[in-house]
Amino acid sequence: MEIVRSHRQVAAAAAAAGGGGGAGALPTYKAAPQLEVRLEEFELFAIDRLRVLKGISDGLSRGKRPEEMEKLVSELWKTHMRHQDPAETLNKDIVSHFVLRLVYCRTEELRKWFLSMETTLFRYRFRLESPESQRMLMTEFQLPYKALPHSEFEAVKDKLSQVARSIGQSANVEHVFFKVPFEEVPDLVASRRVFLSKGYAYVAMSQVVSLVVTQFRCNISKALALTNRKWTATIKEQEKDRLTPIVEALSNAYFGPDYSQPKDAVDISLKDIDQLAKSSFPLCMRHMLDKLRENHHLKHGGRMQFGLFLKGAGLKLEDALAFWRAEFSQKIGSERFDKEYAYTIRHNYGKEGKRTDYTPYSCQKIISATPGVGDHHGCPFRHFGEENLRAALNKMGVGGHALEEIMDKVKNRHYQVLYFIAIGLTEQYDIPELTGLSGIMKYTASLHINL
Amino acid sequence: MVRDDEQVDSMEIDEKKQQQLEAPTAVPEGFNTDYLRVYYGKLFPYGDFFKWLCYGNDGKHPGCDQSYVGRREFSFTLENDIYLRFQSFDSATELESSIKEKCPFKIDIGPVYSVDPSKRHAYAQSGNNVFVPVERELIFDIDISDYDDVRYCCSGADVCLDCWPLMTIAIKILNTSLRDDFGFSHILWVYSGRRGVHCWVCDSRARKLSNEQRAAIADYFRVYKGGENALKKVSLAGPVLHPFLAQSYMDVLKTFFEDRLLLSQQLFSSEERCQKILDLILMKGLRRCVEEIVFSYTYPRLDMEVSKHMNHLLKAPFCIHPKTGRVCVPIDPSNCDDFDPAAVPTLSQLLGELNATGFQSDSDNSLERTSLGKSISFFRTSFLHPLLKACKEELESAYNAKLQQSKNSLNW
Repeated sequence: MEIVRSHRQVAAAAAAAGGGGGAGALPTYKAAPQLEVRLEEFELFAIDRLRVLKGISDGLSRGKRPEEMEKLVSELWKTHMRHQDPAETLNKDIVSHFVLRLVYCRTEELRKWFLSMETTLFRYRFRLESPESQRMLMTEFQLPYKALPHSEFEAVKDKLSQVARSIGQSANVEHVFFKVPFEEVPDLVASRRVFLSKGYAYVAMSQVVSLVVTQFRCNISKALALTNRKWTATIKEQEKDRLTPIVEALSNAYFGPDYSQPKDAVDISLKDIDQLAKSSFPLCMRHMLDKLRENHHLKHGGRMQFGLFLKGAGLKLEDALAFWRAEFSQKIGSERFDKEYAYTIRHNYGKEGKRTDYTPYSCQKIISATPGVGDHHGCPFRHFGEENLRAALNKMGVGGHALEEIMDKVKNRHYQVLYFIAIGLTEQYDIPELTGLSGIMKYTASLHINL
Repeated sequence: MVRDDEQVDSMEIDEKKQQQLEAPTAVPEGFNTDYLRVYYGKLFPYGDFFKWLCYGNDGKHPGCDQSYVGRREFSFTLENDIYLRFQSFDSATELESSIKEKCPFKIDIGPVYSVDPSKRHAYAQSGNNVFVPVERELIFDIDISDYDDVRYCCSGADVCLDCWPLMTIAIKILNTSLRDDFGFSHILWVYSGRRGVHCWVCDSRARKLSNEQRAAIADYFRVYKGGENALKKVSLAGPVLHPFLAQSYMDVLKTFFEDRLLLSQQLFSSEERCQKILDLILMKGLRRCVEEIVFSYTYPRLDMEVSKHMNHLLKAPFCIHPKTGRVCVPIDPSNCDDFDPAAVPTLSQLLGELNATGFQSDSDNSLERTSLGKSISFFRTSFLHPLLKACKEELESAYNAKLQQSKNSLNW
């Protein structure tokens, strides 16, 4: 891909190179396109695609269901990427993807995010393609899976039917199945959406998306690693006066409200905790504090989520040790605490072992936790049953109409939004004693933004 | 040693046990360094243990990976809670002398890394993650204290013959699925020494699984969800059950619940207990209610975190549990109904048996004369030998394929 300042645009070349699976269809980004790109387009195309990716990220953290995501992706693409001329669209599609590869290849965290969003984008665009287009794309991904021969299909037909019904689909609708090693379709295995036998998963045509997406993800992952090497080795230096500053600026681009941490630091101390909990802690942290005070214990998941939150809020290591010891020693004695738990706290502060300074969990991570027996971590809006959530919100002073609206949003899985409503960051609900935006709340808001 | 409440047939006490009680060679119950030293000196099966973890890479075949076993991490917990990580050994003799010397209270097995764990710092300098796990058995950890909310006979670390069958169920269901659904063959089930069981899936396909694939398998098995505050922790969606769940229900759970659990746990004996069951019933069909109740009380509960990450350390088989003194012996999944945790040999019992047979014999015979002999024998015939046979076959075919490839490349 050559970047020039001239006005030449070779849009048609985009269709020929870089891979489209048919007329104006989904590119697979296998090779960098052989075309020239204007410098302004370099940045503009990338920004537009970034809006799509950030929109996807937002949709995911709001817990949107697959049907909703499909609609969202279609809208985002139409708004930011579609051009009247399909060849132009394809051009922008390919260029923007490769530019963002440069932007997001540079650290592990950036790569992970980019990979995740591009894969999601691809997944839903694939779903929106026609069956012929999908079949062509499958071939392009060299998925050597042949359709199940009729005799084999007959043998397992009943089980396949049972699986379909178990996931809410009609029985005996699908007739094309693929026999695939279970390792290739972890998502389908995890959600028990396939029949398994002797190490093979029986995947329906409609589920093929998963197969394709896994391959796509794998290819992009490898490509990113390669791009990173090239960037570090040659590109960054070569382009230090032209592309590098643009690339570096793009990775910090953020398209939401500004919740950056205030310079007058958020520094809580031991004595502040109980009071701040009532006024400013998010529901999940407040709940864990209550349980800790009640049981003088918290399991590992809770210790991590709550402990890192306190650390991010400015609680110093000595105060943290004193805080946890004061509670735990009431149950197990301070000697056992020092022996079995103090190490982990110091580890979280980067004083032991790998000496990594761990950062607090983002809402996204908290929502996707899997609390088990005896656990109190996770997101109350997601993980609490209705009764318990109502009780917790009541305790916070939320009732009446506001409470019902919140419970309704819970049903529709808008978890992250709920937190902000509950602490009064939106104007819609006037919740007593929770108005104003204190330092702690700014801090927790910044966790929401953390991708 | 016979417990007062242990069932005995027509008041007849096993003669051997009677002898043990009265013999001057009986050893008082306990767990300490002196006892351990004898166990590690005479009974711990170093050879079998090492052969297992070599997976055929014993240097005899040209296709062997000589570095393989030396890249495996072990960790030792010593007497004063001193914890040694990243131990590695290149030979059985090295492993043996280290264990004998350090006398660890607990031995954990970690993954096989890309490089020898003891040399990991040398590779840390380059920045890129070159010290990473590359192989690790697929493991499961089932702990009966995770069932505390559905068992009324015991709680916490206790276990009895009324609630132990929950572990038996877990073994049956998982073992069947690992074999039939996932196609694994080399599966080792081990008593954890106190209140649970561990599962080691050792097929090479299992060892090569990524974290994501492990998580997927663990999720496939997971039914119980939600922390302390989720109302319903078992929610079976869909008009019918997935074949795996349906089969588990029909073959194992239903019978167990009806025939044993209802009675032994007295699930309807108090208003509080009835209410607990009622709480599980929401607005849905009766059959699904019953299914969900049965699943809540009986279906296996896995520790997800143990299975998901390749670098998770798990206690080694044939260790001794410090709190109970019992040996972590293998469990035969096809006879798991007969497994009784209270009948597992203890350290002091084994030492007493050694005493009784005298010390003049060499170490090979010591094993057979004790209660541990049966477990070692089972380990060898049911697990180790078939595994090593499969490993050899794999090594040979991989090696032959490589030879063929290089031959082909010379063909013009």
